[in-house]
Amino acid sequence: MEITVTINGKSHTADVEPRTLLVQFIREQVGLTGTNIGCDTSSCGACSVHVDGEAAKSCTLLAVQADGCSITTIEGMAAADGTLHPMQQAFMENHGLQCGYCTPGMVMAATSLLAENPNPTEEEVRIGLEGNLCRCTGYHNIVQSVLACAKS
Amino acid sequence: MTMTDNTTGVLGQRLLRREDPALLTGEARYTSDLPIPGALHLAVLRSPYARARIVSVDTSAAAAMPGVTAVFSGADLAEAWAGPMPCAWPVTEDMKSPTHYPLAVGQANYVGDGVACVLATSATAARDAIDAIDVEYEPLEAVIDLEDALSDRVVIHDEIGTNRSYTWDLKIEESEGQVDQAFADAAYSVKERYIQQRLIPAAMEPRAVAAIPQPFGGDMTLYSATQVPHILKVMTALTLGIPEHQLRVVAPAVGGGFGSKLNVYAEELLCVALAKRTGSPVRWTETRSEGNQATIHGRGQIQDIELAADSDGRLTAVRVRLIGDMGAYLQLVTPGVPLLGAFLYAGVYELPKAYDFSCTSVFTNMTPTDAYRGAGRPEATYAIERAMDSLAAEIGIDPLELRRRNFIPTASYPYEAMTGLVYDSGDHDRAATLAADMIDYAGVRARQQTQNVPGATKRLGIGVSTYFEMCGLAPSRVLASLNYGAGGWEAATVRVLPTNKIQVVTGTAPHGQGHETAWSMIVAEKMGVSPDDVDVLHSDTAIAPLGLDTYGSRSLSVGGVAIAIACDKVIDKAKQIAAHQLEANPDDLEFSGGEFRVAGSPDRAMPLAAVAFEAFTAHNLPDGLEPNLEAHTTYDPPNFSWPFGTHMCLVEVDTETGQVDVLKYVAVDDCGNQVNPLIVDGQVHGGVVQGLAQALYEEAVYDSDGNLQTSTLAEYLVPAASDVPAIETGHTVTPSPTNQLGVKGIGEAGTIASTPAVINAVVDALSGLGVRDVPMPASPNTVWRAINEAQGGQQ
Ligand code: FES
Ligand code: FES
Repeated sequence: MEITVTINGKSHTADVEPRTLLVQFIREQVGLTGTNIGCDTSSCGACSVHVDGEAAKSCTLLAVQADGCSITTIEGMAAADGTLHPMQQAFMENHGLQCGYCTPGMVMAATSLLAENPNPTEEEVRIGLEGNLCRCTGYHNIVQSVLACAKS
Repeated sequence: MTMTDNTTGVLGQRLLRREDPALLTGEARYTSDLPIPGALHLAVLRSPYARARIVSVDTSAAAAMPGVTAVFSGADLAEAWAGPMPCAWPVTEDMKSPTHYPLAVGQANYVGDGVACVLATSATAARDAIDAIDVEYEPLEAVIDLEDALSDRVVIHDEIGTNRSYTWDLKIEESEGQVDQAFADAAYSVKERYIQQRLIPAAMEPRAVAAIPQPFGGDMTLYSATQVPHILKVMTALTLGIPEHQLRVVAPAVGGGFGSKLNVYAEELLCVALAKRTGSPVRWTETRSEGNQATIHGRGQIQDIELAADSDGRLTAVRVRLIGDMGAYLQLVTPGVPLLGAFLYAGVYELPKAYDFSCTSVFTNMTPTDAYRGAGRPEATYAIERAMDSLAAEIGIDPLELRRRNFIPTASYPYEAMTGLVYDSGDHDRAATLAADMIDYAGVRARQQTQNVPGATKRLGIGVSTYFEMCGLAPSRVLASLNYGAGGWEAATVRVLPTNKIQVVTGTAPHGQGHETAWSMIVAEKMGVSPDDVDVLHSDTAIAPLGLDTYGSRSLSVGGVAIAIACDKVIDKAKQIAAHQLEANPDDLEFSGGEFRVAGSPDRAMPLAAVAFEAFTAHNLPDGLEPNLEAHTTYDPPNFSWPFGTHMCLVEVDTETGQVDVLKYVAVDDCGNQVNPLIVDGQVHGGVVQGLAQALYEEAVYDSDGNLQTSTLAEYLVPAASDVPAIETGHTVTPSPTNQLGVKGIGEAGTIASTPAVINAVVDALSGLGVRDVPMPASPNTVWRAINEAQGGQQ
């Protein structure tokens, strides 16, 4: 099936199998490998992207369901000159990442969290990130990163 | 601390990590991100039975599927291996180890054991095809329970005739029978049984492998999501019988390991063997559900511990009996894991030479176990710290007070423990006092008086855990005495380039720990340059040919110290060149701030940059001195490193639901001098949550037929942000006297300390209800049942 998807501002038209997941399409056909895969049960959130401005786990969508959508992946977050997005900057400054594998998904989920709730409490951040697992940081500095970003 | 005096003040700063921009923008490449044109994809068919005879494997239908290029059974590949899968730690002379090949031949021994495999032009085609392989199994009775395994009622592996792999003893008595006598004479004693449930490491990046044959000559490059590229290279060469110098192993960005990537796995060997056979690149990426079955598990022990104490509560003897769950086969260091704990069952306490440890390890029809964050030491610390609470209850004194009475006194460091190991430095009282202040220990005890009254349904509990993290593996000779198959050294090369930029080559293999940042800081401090001028090269055996990789909190205290020593060697050589140029005696030169100065004549100086260029042009070097500024070191540590600390956890337990709410968590850790406190805190946070996860959430659950009930991340409960507390970190600094940086490890401390702190808090909350123990994980159901049982089942 032919689909057209805008990813990070660039339009991609491609032929996909009906069973191709959006995350597979992004990684394998478009070649943007920043979006990671951490599970096969929609549990980890490593694959989180923005679909039409809202965070979504790209392993829970078929590529065909994204036909006509506008998608932002982690590669689309920093400015063209390389300046980090404020959320990326906050993660860096607060040591919100270690191995980095959950990080693209965390950054996408966290930006979408702040878009909905610009001034969350610590509790709200923790609940808001419930769908994203991290095995390295114990979440402490991820939560600090999001709170710092909200403040700035 | 014996730092050289050329400090620039870089060490100890919270420098942001240079690793982060690539990771934050998605530019970093993990193994499965690598573009590999023409790669064939491997998929592995896994046994659905915990124990079954493989009667026949028919691959014909799978071979005819679209995109499939080849299908192999275990028998088809029997010729591919020069030897079985490696176990590097034969802990006793008579240890039993069943033959283990990357694909099972004849009999499958756990759910997830590889039985056959497919190569296809896409991952989807390969996965589709494994469903078409027709295997006839004859299911056999599986052995899941450790004590049942020990009875040999059903013997899993005919070839070894028993389920018992080994019994390993550590008995230390000044005189025969002293342990028994101490128990006979004890004013107080406790005897407890604890179960260390199996855990699934669940690093967020699943394992991934790619083997790429190089044009001409038979060279092979193996990319793997591994913690141990160097060990993997040696073991792959041995297992496949290929010349080691023709193998290059690269660990690209690696998404966490926690021990699960400290191994040599079937899929790594399959990819190399099949790439060799087909001449095409072969790649494989684990699915999470596959990983839950086919990547090693951690823990899995039954612990019986007995403490004897005198009338003051001072320990007089410790006796430990373990049954270790090896799983179906021995992986790389499986049998050694309980041994790593054997030295720590007296914790941070003074114990006379009255110690009796014995571990018997058994095979079961479950996923092999191996090192998981802490490896043996969290188990040991859990047992002693839980048992100390029982002893305190027995005596009727506060658990913190009991610990203080037993702490190894600060003045006695370096302290020779009853095991003969020498603890480098410690100040347990100071760490405990800081933790108690941070959590307001006395205030909590007072609140309990008013809150935990009869009938109260929200009960407050505080848990204490004091620990040693015996780490920095390890002096090679000590490893030899434990029969470990390798040394514990680490290699480093420091190279000053002609333009005064510095390259450091390290044998450590980071996978989230921030070595590039930390190692650049060590070099900056030593050489008087900016960390930005230091490049850190690692994790590629073509670039860093020597190393023993990253595990056991060894990277800084062995690898980092190696770098410091290599810097010293470079400085020594540079000093000779500078002295020659300055027409001075090398002994009269001082080096600080990146400059050599003649002592007493500050105007006679030469910056390192100028020396580096002289070394490069070699136009005017002292007679006999080789050009270039470079030094290599292989450092074998003289001792383990002994970080220590006290963690305290405050919980509220709802007795009606069994729900445990962690109100506050305080971690005081002493890892000696800190290179980068930002990274240290991060290690503590992550470690604490992993240990807390064992206490409250995680367990690899098998049914009695050996089916893994927690085979996905939907069933295996890795905690999310909302499940865990904020963590307050505090530090004391007691430098290690055994290395020039004064550093100790910190990677596993959090995991070691936190599990008993949490369970001690839960039991403390419920002690007024007669609860003496709560098994792990302390889920609401389990807690509720423990209360109910203690109350005589009336609730
Ligand atoms: S990969 Fe999408 S939720 Fe785990
Ligand atoms: S940083 Fe490693 S999983 Fe989050």
